[in-house]
Amino acid sequence: MEHWFSWLDSYTEGIVVGVAVGFFVRLRMLRTDYRQYPTYLHGQLIHISLGFIAAGMGAVAVPALIEKQYTAVTFLALAAQQFREVRNMERETLDKLEQDELVPRGASYIEGIALAFEGRNYVVIMAAFLSSLIVIEVNLWVGIVLGMVLVGVAGLLRSGKYLGQIASVELGELRMEGPSLYVNDIYLMNIGLADNRKRIMKHGIGVVVSPASKDSRITLANLGQRQAILHDLSVVLGIFRDTGEPSLIPLSKRDMEDGRLGILCLPEEKDVEKVLQVIRSVPVLESAVRIPSEDPTKQFRRGGKSG
Amino acid sequence: MADSNGNKILAVITEKEGQVMGGVPVFIASDAKKREDTAFLLEKILDGMVHQLNESTFVIVHHA
Repeated sequence: MEHWFSWLDSYTEGIVVGVAVGFFVRLRMLRTDYRQYPTYLHGQLIHISLGFIAAGMGAVAVPALIEKQYTAVTFLALAAQQFREVRNMERETLDKLEQDELVPRGASYIEGIALAFEGRNYVVIMAAFLSSLIVIEVNLWVGIVLGMVLVGVAGLLRSGKYLGQIASVELGELRMEGPSLYVNDIYLMNIGLADNRKRIMKHGIGVVVSPASKDSRITLANLGQRQAILHDLSVVLGIFRDTGEPSLIPLSKRDMEDGRLGILCLPEEKDVEKVLQVIRSVPVLESAVRIPSEDPTKQFRRGGKSG
Repeated sequence: MADSNGNKILAVITEKEGQVMGGVPVFIASDAKKREDTAFLLEKILDGMVHQLNESTFVIVHHA
């Protein structure tokens, strides 16, 4: 009888530690920042609850496997289904909110956010699984230490690259040539009314973003990435814009010769340093990343077969 | 009138009658000041962007 108890104990310990680690990993990766998403409390509650469920699944999978209850693993497939649903939910919500934004996020940004939500639940499952496994197979304390390490690592994994790491961001000079608006030598748009020209020259700030490499050149060309820059600017620094003012629109155009990006921003507070800082810390969207520098002809030269 | 991107010319304001024809409302203005004023009002009303085509003509375009 005592033997049976000690067995149950190590399982219970494993599950408890696993759930706790998974839960803390989710908490650590859930952050409300300037993007204001998830919004306070209600959005967070949803994700904390889902994180808890994910942690439970990861933690319980270990005893199930040890007991040779292999069918229990099929529940993980169910979990995957569930979390794909989370991604859809996020996408739908953000898509709906998009209509109410003066400067929309853009589909790529939304997809990136939705992907992150799904992916983070899998990280939670893995963290819970690992720590539960270690508690049951090694001992309680090693499992707890590993759990703490995992929570720390999750914090590091949370953020990806920033625009400042793949491109240089500099102030540019806005100028009008007849009806044409330029930032340095990059053409932006045609503005008809003298009134709008005056307002854009007064409130606008021109910025030139130059790609640092062949890879980042393609990332900067991506329309979703460009929209993300404009959206982040409007969120952090406000936007000098309203409905019925179609000419006051922040936008970015590309110099097709060298891949530089000319940006017109219309911040409410005209603080040049802040504008540059915000653009440097725009996240690089996963969907905008391409790696042409990984030359595909290399594979052919090696004579390797594809597939 | 919409192109494949959904952009659409909503109106034309010109000083030179006869320069513009076709299925779009054309507003004739007697001088540059009137042209500017009409375009300003129409921009707000139609929520379309005013572009200058040449010295005497504005087009108002709705960008999708």
